[in-house]
Amino acid sequence: MPLYRDEAVVLRTHKLGEADRIVTLLSREHGKIRAVAKGVRRTSSRFGARLEPFMVVDAQFYEGRSLDIVQQAETLGAYGGDIVGDYASYTAANAMVETADRLTDDGNSLQQYLLLVGALRSLARREHPAGLTLDSYLLRSLAIAGWAPSFGDCAVTGAPGPHSAFVVQLGGVVADAVAPPGSPRLDAATLALLGALLSGDWPVAEAADERTRSQATGVIAAYAQFHLERGLRSLEHVERAGGPR
Amino acid sequence: MYEGIVQELIDELGRLPGIGPKSAQRIAFHIVQTQSFDVTRLADILREVRDKVRFCSICGNVSEQETCSICRDPRRSPATICVVEEAKDVVAIERTREFRGLYHVLGGAISPIDGIGPDDLRIRELVQRLADGTVTEVIIATDPNLEGEATATYLTRLLVQPGLRVTRLASGLPVGGDLEYADEVTLGRAFEGRRLVES
Ligand SMILES: [Zn+2]
Repeated sequence: MPLYRDEAVVLRTHKLGEADRIVTLLSREHGKIRAVAKGVRRTSSRFGARLEPFMVVDAQFYEGRSLDIVQQAETLGAYGGDIVGDYASYTAANAMVETADRLTDDGNSLQQYLLLVGALRSLARREHPAGLTLDSYLLRSLAIAGWAPSFGDCAVTGAPGPHSAFVVQLGGVVADAVAPPGSPRLDAATLALLGALLSGDWPVAEAADERTRSQATGVIAAYAQFHLERGLRSLEHVERAGGPR
Repeated sequence: MYEGIVQELIDELGRLPGIGPKSAQRIAFHIVQTQSFDVTRLADILREVRDKVRFCSICGNVSEQETCSICRDPRRSPATICVVEEAKDVVAIERTREFRGLYHVLGGAISPIDGIGPDDLRIRELVQRLADGTVTEVIIATDPNLEGEATATYLTRLLVQPGLRVTRLASGLPVGGDLEYADEVTLGRAFEGRRLVES
């Protein structure tokens, strides 16, 4: 099948030659796609802004030897424009697409696709604070990838919670009996917030105070960096509420 | 693969931005085959450019002196600064002959996924240039793509202060195109940036 069509979200782009770009997309059914968009950097390009990061498109591709070629693209969700209007949302979206890029390959990607599109849409609509949307996305995308952290029962023995020792390397909270000495401890409010972010319980998540949110952010960042080899480059640039103006 | 030194030349050329393997091969064979091609002159210029050209200490534009010819030109207005991503954008705007102020070259756009944050660009230098109140307008002329827009968002928020006008280059429909081919973002921007034609 030299031609195929799919819905996809643009993760990132790289310049190629004079006026082209290599576009990396996460598709609904074809996993991650790397395709050349010809002439896209010319101001007269018929693609316009359709193949910019965070855009969701219905696209037709021509299957090439190493890279595919984007033939047509129609917009399904123009989230990029709204996301760049808010700097915190932009930095959060960067961390999301970088995570999606790292967690997916050519294989089945439907769950990751739906999660990412939902999160970008939520950022564009300013449904929740950008930092919370990102934190929830990170936990849920890692969970889909098979690294669901435990915030209740012990991640090692399964002993019913609550437990307070949190060990990234062991997969979440662990019972005192198996916690290595000096393990960091999390308070009940932080664990409740983490659980809410993982399950998508927004009323609980948004009720958390600043201090609890920043605790949870630190835990999630450590957890994500541990599971994604080489870490996420964009995470250190993410602007958090009350961050540098 | 070609023999030894020819392949080395192709490899070196292929490392240059915008030159793919095919172009590298074409240029290499042009150099090898064309007797009239002055190799010495090209080699000399490459060496000279490396030795002489640096970045203007005020605006970051390329320059053969401590400051560039635009910053040194007394006819240019110091009240307006146009902020661009790259030195080649200065050339593009100069070609229009529309702008008579000064420039500030950021050295790129904010792109966290590439590890580039505000501190990696010449943003602190821009803020310093605004400190004495001479500048009354900053025109943000970053690229009309996602990273350029995000950089404009960041700068706008950072620079807003009494007595300073912060403007953004209008973006919208490309001249010479058909409306029906415009994408949603471009068309949306064109509506935002519409202007009065009759009053
Ligand atoms: Zn200068």
